[in-house]
Amino acid sequence: MAEAKVATPATTARRAKAKAAGPSDDKIYTWPHLVRVEFICTLLVIAGMLVWSLLVDAPLEEPAAPTRTPNPSKAPWYFLGLQEILVYFDPWHAGVVLPSLIIVGLMVLPFVDTNLKGNGYFTFTERKYEITTFFVGFHIMWIVLIVVGTFLRGPGWNWFWPWEPWDTHKVVAMNNVDLPYLLGFRDYWAQAAVGLVMILGYFVVGTVAMYAWIVRLKGKDWMQRWGAARFGIVSFLFLNMIAVIIKMGLRLGMNVKYILVTPWINV
Amino acid sequence: MTNWERLKQQIVESPVWRSMFRHGYEDTPRNRILAVSGNVWLHLHPSKVRKHGVRLKFTWCMGGITFLMFLITIVTGIYLMFYYRPVAEYAYADMKYLEFDMPFGMLMRNMHRWAAHAMVIAVWLHMFRVFMTGSYKPPREFNWIVGVVLLVLTLLLSFTGYLLPWDQLSIWAVTVGSNMARATPLLGHEGPFREFVGVNAVYDARAFLFGGGEIGPHTLLRFYILHCIFFPLLTTVFLIVHFWRIRRDGLSGPPL
Repeated sequence: MAEAKVATPATTARRAKAKAAGPSDDKIYTWPHLVRVEFICTLLVIAGMLVWSLLVDAPLEEPAAPTRTPNPSKAPWYFLGLQEILVYFDPWHAGVVLPSLIIVGLMVLPFVDTNLKGNGYFTFTERKYEITTFFVGFHIMWIVLIVVGTFLRGPGWNWFWPWEPWDTHKVVAMNNVDLPYLLGFRDYWAQAAVGLVMILGYFVVGTVAMYAWIVRLKGKDWMQRWGAARFGIVSFLFLNMIAVIIKMGLRLGMNVKYILVTPWINV
Repeated sequence: MTNWERLKQQIVESPVWRSMFRHGYEDTPRNRILAVSGNVWLHLHPSKVRKHGVRLKFTWCMGGITFLMFLITIVTGIYLMFYYRPVAEYAYADMKYLEFDMPFGMLMRNMHRWAAHAMVIAVWLHMFRVFMTGSYKPPREFNWIVGVVLLVLTLLLSFTGYLLPWDQLSIWAVTVGSNMARATPLLGHEGPFREFVGVNAVYDARAFLFGGGEIGPHTLLRFYILHCIFFPLLTTVFLIVHFWRIRRDGLSGPPL
């Protein structure tokens, strides 16, 4: 072991590097420090679950009757955000495409986020855009829509405040129209063409705007390093997320039903 | 040396004891490492961890709580399986039987359900925390993907279990949730471009999920098997990878 103590250039360099990096060896033993935390946490959580289970009974309604549909019929609460999106989009989009995009979007996250800062500690200033995007997607959309779907939707999936009684016969005006119609186009195929142009235009303009914005923010070199594939994936997913908000705004503000109507799909 | 100490020494030095426990309990660095690396359960941890990675303020303990919820649902779930038959004629009656006649039946069912809900919440919070600390960044990119798969599996486990009580709440919630499948582009009989594939109500994505054109006894059996065997096994496989990776890459902080 004696020869190990001789300081070779390699070890000197390593030591200098370690010194420059600061006190990195702040390690403690798993036993007992981490195991202790886990053990106490386990005990407390199990105790909490027991109390919860003793105090609150799991629901059990009358036996299943496939011919008697309750109004409203709600999915399990964790899917109610998606069910709420059904107000604004057709099922193929709200129930199939959007969840798939969410899953894919989450999976690509580590590969499109090339910011090496903010790894292993809480920070906002070093990751403003990443955190803001996540906040919009997770907190604003996913959580808020679940709360709306769980607590504010009653019979006919109509909006009821908690203090309002659920009126099965609530009258809601069905005055939604398609956006091309609103813009004055009356011919069926002209409407479809206008709708298609608007959808494609949104993605083209959106992508260009995002490109310009990121270049302005980070510079051309950064964009070059980030690469076309990363930019393409991020802008496509981001624009899809924003599109959900835009469509919700159009519906709530201007009673827009669809933007694109074709014999095959409506958006 | 007292008799007690002699007895203790004899036990601790006996071949049987030494075959089971390979290190002493004195508080030495060597024993602290061996306590973790020599134990099949604890060796999911590294022997040493970064100080800040242990603080509750940093981890929120959410990954561990998610796993604990998984374990609670397994233990309570096995108990429930003894008294529950996934047959449309019996399922609901078995629920009543379980609630009113079985010792601790109601408690076990409550714990199973609330732990399932808590698992969904905990896995979301875990994901949120991992995002906020940037812990998906190199070298843990792949583990994040495994985590997303586990998130989906958590939701699928919860969703398939939702049907099993076979009451109004469960079949209609599952009906609403599964109706999305019939709107799948190309593969659902109400989805866009269906006419190019030729799917119909009894032969499309939803029928595959239900085991038929409508929700029924076949769906109950299908969801039961998915819930009790298929998804738990799949989840376990991904958990093994998840834990193995985090053990290799370190519990927190940039690459080691």
